[in-house]
Amino acid sequence: MMQELIAAILIALGTVFFIAGTLGLLRFPDIYCRLHALTKADGLGLGLIALGAAVLLATPGALFRIALIWVFVALASATCGHLVARYARQTERTPRHD
Amino acid sequence: MTPDIIYGVTGIAVFAIGLVGALCAQDRLRRVLALKLASVGAGFVLVVAAWRAPPAAPDPVPHALVITGIVVMVSATAVALALIRRLQSLEAEDAE
Amino acid sequence: MIDPYVILDLLLGLAVVALAAAVLTVRDLFAAIVLFIVFGLLSALAWVRLAAPDVALAEAAIGTGLTGALLLKTLHHLRYVTGSLDRQAALSVTPVQPVPMAVIWVNAAFCGLVTLGLAAAFLGAPRNGPGFDALVAEAMPASGVEHPVTAVLLNFRAYDTLMEVVVLLAAVIAVWQIERGLSEAPAPALGEVWAGFARLVLPAIVVIGTYLLWVGAEAPGGAFQGGAVLAAVGLLLLLSRLYVPRPAHRGVARLGFVLGTGAFAAVALLVAGGGRVAFEYPLEHAKTLILLIEGVVTISIAITLAALFHGREPVALSASETRHDA
Repeated sequence: MMQELIAAILIALGTVFFIAGTLGLLRFPDIYCRLHALTKADGLGLGLIALGAAVLLATPGALFRIALIWVFVALASATCGHLVARYARQTERTPRHD
Repeated sequence: MTPDIIYGVTGIAVFAIGLVGALCAQDRLRRVLALKLASVGAGFVLVVAAWRAPPAAPDPVPHALVITGIVVMVSATAVALALIRRLQSLEAEDAE
Repeated sequence: MIDPYVILDLLLGLAVVALAAAVLTVRDLFAAIVLFIVFGLLSALAWVRLAAPDVALAEAAIGTGLTGALLLKTLHHLRYVTGSLDRQAALSVTPVQPVPMAVIWVNAAFCGLVTLGLAAAFLGAPRNGPGFDALVAEAMPASGVEHPVTAVLLNFRAYDTLMEVVVLLAAVIAVWQIERGLSEAPAPALGEVWAGFARLVLPAIVVIGTYLLWVGAEAPGGAFQGGAVLAAVGLLLLLSRLYVPRPAHRGVARLGFVLGTGAFAAVALLVAGGGRVAFEYPLEHAKTLILLIEGVVTISIAITLAALFHGREPVALSASETRHDA
């Protein structure tokens, strides 16, 4: 029971961060601010949700898999953020040939 | 209100949207996208047909059919996209 | 008290339908493809809710991931051919000709009728009804594996799966023929962070793909999901230019394409040679044979899917064939 309560709080907190990230994506003025909101808030949100799921499952195999998923999703989202920002900067520097 | 009704209606709606797109869309790439949507809609209906009220396990035969369908669809999509690329190159060449 | 899962199902269903509509109505083609990818992932989530994790895995890996990569690559090529990023190329790749409104209305009415008929058939059909559940459950001990979907795919309905592998083979042959001599749009340079990421995840993807293949005997997973994940290795190698296809590699590639079909058919014929029907595996060897087929088919699927992404056959272009250079 205690376990479920802790898990529910962690997952709810994670969801709040996801909502904040989505709001940032929709409301911030330019692409760099949006990326900032998205990568930061979603990284934390994902970590909290993964922690919540780990508390719920609490078997060594599941913990290992959740940790792996968290590491790889965090890596992938950081790389994606970098790629988007890089592309945005490159197209800024060389104006479009319309 | 059980998941099978909800997702069954979802699947039929997605199939309808895909069908309209495949017939009415002008752009080639978008027509391929519409066909993909229709295939996912059909997949929804099959997966719903396999669903059993828990605790019963779902019927594995439609699941296998949908997996087969997904692989066949990616093959068809790849060929369609190759045709589109070729057509576009030929048109660009004619325009020059 | 409403069951919270019903709310989740309703929201998920609505989101899937709204995304499907958005894919066809959004103006920018790039946005349409990205929305399609989101649509596919949410569909996979819905299929998890319907207790179909195998199908969800296949949809996420093949139907969304690889198809999305194929679509994005095609869009890149088309924009390159039609002259960088002009307005028309962003919205459509086909020159737009006006279609009479009457034709559109007739089409829409036809689609509406078909949909109404389908909806009536679906709502009128018996649900939860007896399917093949009992037959499969009864035959499971003779299948050699513990996971019903794998048993259906590789034992009870193995003919279908053989044909599916043949379809993949036919697709890659067709793509190689269609794109013969087509010039390639230069791939974008992705930078050092990307290269580091690729180096880090490549070994992990190999392990995950092999794990998916192995676990398919008793849990969700199997040859197609594992093959698709391994194909992602091919995509990473191609995108990061760690591997560049050369004309000399065609022999190996062709061998990879036919390996799955060949091994699958050979097992069927060998089993049939012993006075049995094709695919009626002897019980004591069933698991070995299924794992053998799955392993070989996985390699074949991975190579074929990566080749479908790469497209053109890597040939040394002769002077007469380079005329399509834009």
